[in-house]
Amino acid sequence: MRQYPIPRLVTKLLLPLILLFALYVQFHGDYGPGGGFQAGVIFGAGFILYALIYGLDEARRILPPWLLRIGVSLGVLIYAGVGVTGLLLGGNYLDYGVLDSHDPVHGQHLGILLVELGVGITVSAVMVTIFYAFAGRGR
Amino acid sequence: METLVDIFLLSLLVVTAIASIRLRDLFAVVMLFGIYSLVSASLFVVMDAVDVAFTEASVGAGVATVFMLGTLALTTHREKAPIAHNPLLPLLVVAITGAALVYGTYDIPRYGDPANPIHQHVAPRYIQDSPHEIGIPNIVSSVLASYRGYDTLGETTVVFTAAIGVLLLIGGARRRRPNKDQRR
Repeated sequence: MRQYPIPRLVTKLLLPLILLFALYVQFHGDYGPGGGFQAGVIFGAGFILYALIYGLDEARRILPPWLLRIGVSLGVLIYAGVGVTGLLLGGNYLDYGVLDSHDPVHGQHLGILLVELGVGITVSAVMVTIFYAFAGRGR
Repeated sequence: METLVDIFLLSLLVVTAIASIRLRDLFAVVMLFGIYSLVSASLFVVMDAVDVAFTEASVGAGVATVFMLGTLALTTHREKAPIAHNPLLPLLVVAITGAALVYGTYDIPRYGDPANPIHQHVAPRYIQDSPHEIGIPNIVSSVLASYRGYDTLGETTVVFTAAIGVLLLIGGARRRRPNKDQRR
């Protein structure tokens, strides 16, 4: 794809918007449709588009596989960690109300934000990891 | 008007499904799968399930299409010609199964009826208590992330497991060994 100028230019223009939209979906999921899963897929799709147009090596230089492997497990750890934090603070597992000692509603907000962040990190890293595995195998 | 949109989208689904069965070129079939997902996403929007539609459009039409194309690049993009056989028995089985499924739909509660069992049990509890218990406007998010937090943790673990499985099967280090041998 490297030799075609139009896809290259369109990718360059679209990529920041795709990533920004992913962040919007991630952090606006409390108010509108969307959430960590959709945001993670969109974020991953942005990088997959980049890898398709600019080549796998270039994409691996920006988002190296070791970083992705950390991301894959980090998201699940954040999610489970929020649950364990709830346990340590005296609540039930994954009960976010205890995260804020003064205002349970605020604790719920914080818990949902962190949990969705964990989902987003894992899903985006998984999508790019699977794409790297498929694309790297074919060469 | 909504009935018209429904009929249009559903017939588009049927046409896409039939075309993807008839075609032997797998590249075209993958593209049709993407279109199928996109039309399904539109149907979910018509049914006011925007969160589901969002997921279907991004996963089904977007990323899954790329993964299937990646699989085609590793295998082949022509489907093998099917072995010739008598189509009567499969047709009979499909017709009976289809008739049974259509018969089964008569027992499904009517779509959008407020008297449906699903609207009597936990849904009113979520709708009434979510605004002051969780305090976020999108009740879908509050159900997914808080009330049904265990399910979402399980789903995230499934996605995690998928990556581990792909990495173990076709990922990373094993690819490089034959290359080194070739260089020697």
